[in-house]
Amino acid sequence: MAYFRSHVLVSIDPECVKKGAYDLMDALQDELVKQGLVDEVQVLETSRIGDPETEGPDLMVYPESVHYSNISIEDVPFLVEEHFLKGRVAGQYIHEAKESLDEELSAPKAKEVRIVLKNIGEIDPLNIEEYIARDGYLALGKVLTEMSPEETIQEVLDSGLRGRGGAGFPTGLKWRFIRNAEGDQKFMICNADEGDPGAFANRRVLEGDPHAVVEGMIIGAFASGSHQGYIYCRAEYPIAVRTMKTAIEQARSFGLLGEDIMGTGFSFDLEVRMGAGAFVCGEETALMASIEGKRGEPRPRPPFPAQKGLWASPSNINNVETYANIPQIILKGAEWFASFGYKKSTGTKTFSMAGDVKNTGLIEVPFGITLREIIYDVGGGIKEDKKFKAVQTGGPMGGCLPESFLDLPMDYEALGQAGSILGSGGLVVMDEDTCMVDIARFFMEFTQDESCGKCTPCRVGTRRILEILTSICEGNGKPEDIDTLRHLCDQINENSLCGLGKGAPNPVKSTLEHFLDEYEAHIYEKRCPAKVCKSLIRFEIIDGECTGCTLCARNCPVEAISGERRKTHVIDPDICIKCGICEQLCPYDAIEIK
Amino acid sequence: MQKILEKIPSGDPLNDIEMKKTIDRILDENKDIDGATMVVLNGLQEAIGFISPAMQVYVAEKLGEPISRIHGVVSFYSFFTTTPRGKHTIKFCIGTACYVGGINQIIEKAKQILGIEPGETTEDGLITLELCRCVGACSQAPVIVVDEEVQGRVKPNRFPKTIQDIKSQEA
Repeated sequence: MAYFRSHVLVSIDPECVKKGAYDLMDALQDELVKQGLVDEVQVLETSRIGDPETEGPDLMVYPESVHYSNISIEDVPFLVEEHFLKGRVAGQYIHEAKESLDEELSAPKAKEVRIVLKNIGEIDPLNIEEYIARDGYLALGKVLTEMSPEETIQEVLDSGLRGRGGAGFPTGLKWRFIRNAEGDQKFMICNADEGDPGAFANRRVLEGDPHAVVEGMIIGAFASGSHQGYIYCRAEYPIAVRTMKTAIEQARSFGLLGEDIMGTGFSFDLEVRMGAGAFVCGEETALMASIEGKRGEPRPRPPFPAQKGLWASPSNINNVETYANIPQIILKGAEWFASFGYKKSTGTKTFSMAGDVKNTGLIEVPFGITLREIIYDVGGGIKEDKKFKAVQTGGPMGGCLPESFLDLPMDYEALGQAGSILGSGGLVVMDEDTCMVDIARFFMEFTQDESCGKCTPCRVGTRRILEILTSICEGNGKPEDIDTLRHLCDQINENSLCGLGKGAPNPVKSTLEHFLDEYEAHIYEKRCPAKVCKSLIRFEIIDGECTGCTLCARNCPVEAISGERRKTHVIDPDICIKCGICEQLCPYDAIEIK
Repeated sequence: MQKILEKIPSGDPLNDIEMKKTIDRILDENKDIDGATMVVLNGLQEAIGFISPAMQVYVAEKLGEPISRIHGVVSFYSFFTTTPRGKHTIKFCIGTACYVGGINQIIEKAKQILGIEPGETTEDGLITLELCRCVGACSQAPVIVVDEEVQGRVKPNRFPKTIQDIKSQEA
């Protein structure tokens, strides 16, 4: 293997690619050739480093760990000359950590523990050797040569690891079911259909550390006696699909997948299958139907997948994050893993933080941390120091929790009792400008659209809830609507076939419980307290504040604003669609929502 | 089934020699694997850009499946489309974070500039507007996807430039 004195990692993710990261890689390579350094310095891809505010892609230079940001192609000759020829760090390009930036890959914050995310941004995901250099596939070697399948299962059971897809079923127990199930063929499936809006942890793991998932799956296959596996990835994640395919090919060429793995006689192979944009396919029985090439509709359980799953064979489904935990558990031991966490929820959980929080991005924290610690200590608090209103956990099947729940220690049980779910770890923080009725309507629109239509409570019930919520938002709500909504929520929850239907009422139920006053303001006073619902608000330009700069008029999508330059403008309420662009743009705060 | 294939509409990909070759290649490569339907349809959608009614019949015949099953799958998944898309696609992420982040304003702006609704294509066949599910770039909300490229922190007043860029690419 060639020896390089330096490695330059270029951040490749959808955004950096857009900013020309691939061209930058080519430019670096060309310049290294020109300077005669091509045998000494290697240019590689990695996933995102740094924050999204930077103009150009970021570079990380190893072994000295120098982080350059805002690098454009024009900077390349100087940078190569300074850093690699003269051996001086080019100070002006050094990445400066800013107050409010995407924390996805900066050093972990004080309260974070990185197990699943430990390699992300540190290694080239397209090079198996880098994974191996960080103890990759060591756990697999240990399992295959030193442990029996039963010992492996016991280790995972002892660690207390539970399904990170949200349901929280003990992983070791699942594997034991498969091991004990009857059948010649057993399947190992990875659920990489991260469909929850607001969640992106799985995408980062798939794109940034694909071999951790592959290794976790091989270990699981060994423990449960499976020889064929599938990674079902959603079509919205093309880079993840590409990275996983590359990882599988590399693992195969290294003898880590396929026949006779590591010469131990154990065989297992993997394939990536792509979804096609159906949220319900994250449900395990729907996912299996989709792999089989059918409409992704759930079916009743039992029989459970462990008895009759993919092509009627016993099948094990775990989430991306669950698999990514496995190698660490095997290497460092169940006891080490169980030392993190809280009560029956051991280890860590990744959370994708988004919405009105200062530091959006991916974090990994031990269970037991409170929402307040996550939002204020790790997340830096609410944007523009506005007031916190609610946090929505667990995607569209989760609930919205108000301030009184902020000191709740996070684990599977506590969130369930609070009327929400952990789900896939999406956390959308909402400030005082969010209308909770509108948010409930938004989620219902989502579930209604994604309901597969197979069972009536979900298909018809979500439609009915959506109709009622829409009429409330439009100012046509009736007092009896609240009782009807509660009744519908219970009916849908109790009678739906799968998790989508059962969870669909959660956003409505939780907002009814915690933000009833907002529903009442909409229904009785025809008023939207957060000034969001279009039918209940109107935009007006304040005479005297408006300087006539014309910014609003130029940006109005429907040309509802008129007025002469340097004179107060007027909004025509008949044309105005209340999109709010003018209010956001006005530099003089001259537009008022009434 | 035969009848539809005897009278394939003139503009159908099956009548284009190159596209027909691609369709046959995708079918040949995948028709024998387990769960071929999804793999084939994903391949066709990516390579051809849509799956016409005649193509669905053709796939059904080649895979030995009833046409109802193929059409059932095509109509179930939102990624499969049955009519041609524009040369470029702008997708608006309507995930939670983008919703909270104001994606609706961007959609309004796009509607104003192009005069079409999401799901429609401009008359010159250049641009299709689509709504899409969370693309997992929530920390950049609001997000649009132009062809394969994710653009984050989109602002209504900067959006016209995106469309100009597409048009100047073509000019």
